[in-house]
Amino acid sequence: MTSVARLDDYRQVAPRGAVDLLLRLGERLQGRSLVNVSGSRYRGLTIEVLNRLVPILNDLGIDTSWEVTIGTGDFESITHTVARALAGTEQVVTDAMLVRLREVGEENAKRLRLDADLVMVHDAAPLLLVESRAANGRWLWRCHHDLSSPQPQLWNMLRPVAQRYDAVIFSDARFAAPLSVPRFVIHPSVDPLSERNRDMGRSEQATHLDRLRVPRDKPFLLQIGQFQRSHDPLGVINAYRLVKKHYDLRLVLAGSAPGSGDNVLAEVQEAASQDPDVRVILLPPDPQAEMNALERAATIVIYKPLSAGFGINVSAAMWKGKPVVGSLAGGIPNQILPGVTGYTVETVEGAAFRIRHLLGNPELIGRMGAAGREHIRRNFLITRHLGDYLALLAMLTK
Amino acid sequence: MSGEPFVFHGGVDLKELLPYEAHDVRQLLEQVGRVPLESLFCHTAAALLHRSTQPTGYPNDFAHWTGHEIRDQRLAERLAAIDPFESGSLEEMRGELTATLSDHLQHFPPSVPGLGVEPFRFFQTHLVPVPTGHQARTLREFRDALAEVDVSALFYHLIEARYRLGRGRGDFAEWVAAALELPQVAERLGAIVPYGGSLERIRDRHLTVLTAALDEQQRR
Repeated sequence: MTSVARLDDYRQVAPRGAVDLLLRLGERLQGRSLVNVSGSRYRGLTIEVLNRLVPILNDLGIDTSWEVTIGTGDFESITHTVARALAGTEQVVTDAMLVRLREVGEENAKRLRLDADLVMVHDAAPLLLVESRAANGRWLWRCHHDLSSPQPQLWNMLRPVAQRYDAVIFSDARFAAPLSVPRFVIHPSVDPLSERNRDMGRSEQATHLDRLRVPRDKPFLLQIGQFQRSHDPLGVINAYRLVKKHYDLRLVLAGSAPGSGDNVLAEVQEAASQDPDVRVILLPPDPQAEMNALERAATIVIYKPLSAGFGINVSAAMWKGKPVVGSLAGGIPNQILPGVTGYTVETVEGAAFRIRHLLGNPELIGRMGAAGREHIRRNFLITRHLGDYLALLAMLTK
Repeated sequence: MSGEPFVFHGGVDLKELLPYEAHDVRQLLEQVGRVPLESLFCHTAAALLHRSTQPTGYPNDFAHWTGHEIRDQRLAERLAAIDPFESGSLEEMRGELTATLSDHLQHFPPSVPGLGVEPFRFFQTHLVPVPTGHQARTLREFRDALAEVDVSALFYHLIEARYRLGRGRGDFAEWVAAALELPQVAERLGAIVPYGGSLERIRDRHLTVLTAALDEQQRR
């Protein structure tokens, strides 16, 4: 559950002077209006960020609202299909689906309050709203996902729609598609005051670890991620086995259950059944405090997906002062400073080697963890994200 | 004391992705010759804006890319040695970059990039200046405010002012000389070279100079 935070609350965690700068920028923008539009108010990291930023923006005197598109059941399934196709997964997208998307867009455009200096449309579901845009106000499409290799046929149809926006924002340069309108890159962020990232004392950590049945008698490696083949949990187990020959430690793999058709969880559980030091945890719904406790108690965090979005989990672990050994997928290399806050690796052997190196030089674990926390403080906190949005408002709504 | 107070400005920067990419050194040479000067500023001097306070290797994005993606250490070292703070102008720096790349290509034709090599993507930085709320009329107030302001103020008054907007030795040195009439302190501030450091290190070096100047004033 996200409690209401004021910008002043971030003084204790943001870089020196940053909150004052944001307050001043906010003062300059008082009276301007911003409306966010998303396809949901309940799922995903985008939603967590909006939950926090919308009240703060209003506190700053910027008239900020958050509208949600509504459609029938078929609309939701169409938007999921379209989102997956835009991310490059082969999907069947029919003309009828696109007609339906357009119809729902038109219906929502009549219903929603979209009269603002800046309209920020998040992700694929409300994308077509722009076709009904009024003459006043600037429109931004905030594309949170990887648009570097969309399904060509679909993109041919949607690209002209995207180009009706005044600018498009991507989470990473790697995710950007060529467009004729300006493209900005705004990285995701972590909220240091959220349940996932707030400070947590050792006794509370211990309570969560006990509940999750993670013994505290040995150091442990941790990977948090859905039990999908794309997160390579079996690769992580193999890396752990290479390390285990030299160090007495545990591996904790924690995540949500996979969707249908991915049987990697059974394979992971089979591998774990042969080694009492491998702990596989199916996390409960909304496991923010549990993930917080696991990351704080871990010795080294691994994040080794074969493909990924931005992978903001890396920043969440670094914020807790942990060195991260991560793959080169998605936005992970943008977060890890190799040799300073952790390592990026391409192979199981590389992961094992780096973990062994860290365990063999325990002073490095502390030093890299501290450097990682500072790196996140300066570059990946929600205060930076707020500054980015304020800067957009200042630049685009002069 | 005379003159106007020093009003500290910081800034929030936004990065715009430009439609230029390089996949190998030859393309990097072509694009460096073509992109707006603002983009060269973004990848050299403005790289300071988000540089870690820890040593992370090369001081500009071109050197970083050739070193880490193309894995051409020789070229990376030569590009790293180009000091944007020493070049007379951004156009001169473009000349230095293209001369270095051309010379390297004459001796070492580019190899085919390996699998998984990320292209060099060109950006442009947009800085939205914001008053920080701090201002100073005396050397002590100036030192104390400099210790407190957002680190982007260092970028705005030193890097942006001096190397992009051509404001003399940077706003700090110019104000100390003109408003406080302390030319020697101004000279020492103006001599602080940002190359290879981080904004926090640059702040520390300014604070050292200012604290020493205050001690000197007190002894007199």
